[in-house]
Amino acid sequence: MSDLHGWLLGRLSWDALPFYSAIATVAAGVLVAGVLAAVLFIAATRRWGYLWREWLTSLDHKRIGVMYVVLALVMLVRGVIEGVLLRTQQAVAINNPGFLPPEHFSQLFTTHGTIMIFFMAMPFLTGLINIVVPLQIGARDVRFALLNAISLWLTVAGAGLVMISLVLGRFSTGGWSGYPPYTEPPYQTGVGPDYWIWALTLSSIGATLTGINFATTLYKERAPGMAFMRLPLFAWTALCTSILMIFAMPPLTVATLLLALDRYLGFHFFSNTDGGNLMNYINLFWLFGHPEVYILVLPSFGIFSEVFPTFSAKRLYGYTSLVLATLAITVLSFTVWLHHFFTMGQSAGVNAAFGIATMLIAIPTGVKIYDWMLTMFRGRVRLTVPLIYASLFLMLFVVGGLTGMTLATPPVDFQLHNTTYLVAHFHNMLIPGTLFGLLAGYTYWFPKVFGFRLNEHWGRVAAVCFGLGFLLAFMPLYLLGAAGMPRRLSVIHQSAFAPALWVAEAGAVLLFAAVASLVVQLIVSIRQRDHTRAPLGDPWNGRTLEWASPSPPPAYNFAVLPAVHDRDAFMWLKEQGQAYRAVVQPAPINMPRNTPVALFIGAASFVAAFGLVWHIGWAALGGVLAAVACVVVRSFNRHTHQTVSSAELAAEHNRWVAAVQAAEAVNRDLELDPRNRGRAEPTL
Amino acid sequence: MNDVAAYRRTLRLYTLGLVLAVLLTAVSFAVVGLTALNGPGLWWVLYGCGALQVMVHFRCFLHISLARSHRHDLWLLLFSGLIIALMVGGTFWVLLSQMARMGG
Repeated sequence: MSDLHGWLLGRLSWDALPFYSAIATVAAGVLVAGVLAAVLFIAATRRWGYLWREWLTSLDHKRIGVMYVVLALVMLVRGVIEGVLLRTQQAVAINNPGFLPPEHFSQLFTTHGTIMIFFMAMPFLTGLINIVVPLQIGARDVRFALLNAISLWLTVAGAGLVMISLVLGRFSTGGWSGYPPYTEPPYQTGVGPDYWIWALTLSSIGATLTGINFATTLYKERAPGMAFMRLPLFAWTALCTSILMIFAMPPLTVATLLLALDRYLGFHFFSNTDGGNLMNYINLFWLFGHPEVYILVLPSFGIFSEVFPTFSAKRLYGYTSLVLATLAITVLSFTVWLHHFFTMGQSAGVNAAFGIATMLIAIPTGVKIYDWMLTMFRGRVRLTVPLIYASLFLMLFVVGGLTGMTLATPPVDFQLHNTTYLVAHFHNMLIPGTLFGLLAGYTYWFPKVFGFRLNEHWGRVAAVCFGLGFLLAFMPLYLLGAAGMPRRLSVIHQSAFAPALWVAEAGAVLLFAAVASLVVQLIVSIRQRDHTRAPLGDPWNGRTLEWASPSPPPAYNFAVLPAVHDRDAFMWLKEQGQAYRAVVQPAPINMPRNTPVALFIGAASFVAAFGLVWHIGWAALGGVLAAVACVVVRSFNRHTHQTVSSAELAAEHNRWVAAVQAAEAVNRDLELDPRNRGRAEPTL
Repeated sequence: MNDVAAYRRTLRLYTLGLVLAVLLTAVSFAVVGLTALNGPGLWWVLYGCGALQVMVHFRCFLHISLARSHRHDLWLLLFSGLIIALMVGGTFWVLLSQMARMGG
């Protein structure tokens, strides 16, 4: 009996169910109920067929991008709730045990970090890059459309693994960086670190493939005339992020796979004994980890570089310096990884070199800050939601940069490392830097993807809650860290910390309110979509090519590829009166057909990873074989493309051109008015 | 006609690459397994075979050359070389420093 159980279910048993903590039980219940409700809702409204045909099997880069963003927003909700739980525990548990058992507290800070980095920020920025970059560079699709879908479904499989760990078994308690030897078998025998390892492995492979795909797309698929120095800045940052992904994700994949060998097959790469060396892991992890910081922040820099000129109605100030700064950051990001472990024991000379390299990064970043401010100078500035996020970013990010300078000084770091000062610092970079940028991009490009604008009122509420919530939640942590409070404490034995912790708790509640406002904003916007439609495609008087198509754009993006004459390619076309031209006989277009093969590969990888986590041999092996079989079978399919005929292209394109020409062009005073249908008055 | 000629040329390049790659691999294994070569001499032979292997892959499989039309690819290679040198060199520097201070 036990043999059969072992063969069928591995280590899976009733003990895996989450009854060790009331909160874990509730969380698992909410997750199961949520998934069931979603499945039933889709079934009740008979949308499974639509979902399958139009989304799950789609190879359209815009739809893949939207699915990435949906994944990111779902994971954002879980990540923020976990953050609020952590803050609340610390505020409550002063000289008493609080409401979270220590083991559950550790799981929560591990999943919070893992989710926010790998399954919120990464999918969010990958999604926006997917949606925007091919449109911005005047391409019909990414270079490898099927690979793009495979990246998506591998990421979803990794996220699914983190989600199912809520219901079955417990997650790692080793933090988002998973340092051995604590994540090795003698210390954590359960499935937690295995969940962490395979979730990260899947998502890091997905990200590597995304990097390859977009670097190639940006090299090979630019429209005629789109020289490198005419690329919009978001495309530049997407290129640099892709290159960072190509070089930075493999060290992570290697680190997690070596850790897996230690855990599964008794290797001793990182063990305390038998010649293992955990420093090799820490070095490998941060070889990935530091470039990862710039993978996360560069796309947001790109988004701000689009938002500032558009909502100031000016050309971007200092384009060349912004490009050079981005390139400098890309290279420098590979020279600073040691500042994550100044205290690991290398000589003072090594520390000094990496400390200086770290401080150097402030120079190109400072250049960017001035360029953005000067872009607004004497512009026609409209304080819309994306610009509110961008302004908050300008003010708050500089504070985070300055505290980064303090941490980059090795002697200071020896005092502050592993305190809440560090926690405050990296949240100060990632919330105003990455998250505000992504939310600005989400608001900015939403009308391009769906054809209607997001509700402005709830957007402002969310932005203000994010700004204030961030300040209240993390400024106190600087003080606490400087006063010596270690990070990741589940119980606090120092009453003097209480007031600051309660201020931080208030900030956490505000951040939760901000996320709730985002949900409300989405619901309200969908309900009122008839008042905010902008199907003609250009609601913000845009400057770059993504606005030179109807909203939502057709699958092939452009009936005729646009010719690029200027950095602000679409603005140039509008000024020359060459935008919105009818076409006579466009060449037919070959577009990839939908295919479920990427979804199958993702599902098979999920089964394989789940089997590995629970030591279910048949699932692990079967999943891997199924994924390989999918690739092999697909390679025999010769009917991977379909043609869009010339007549169809001309009809669709000319209908849009006629609609634009019949429409009233609105000026910027009417930007948020229902009359703004997406045709902008050419001059101010 | 032209297509056939181009096809032949590409095929020849791939075949040459395959032969050279297999040969270089075989030589590496052979010097370890069949000869008495040891110490730094052995390492230099293996480093040499490795470096040649990289060049064979670039030339025969990835079609990188110094021709003007391939300059973009060459830039990417140089950039990759820089990043890999930073990562590998830095790792050696850091870990050797730690080893020295731990008395290893």
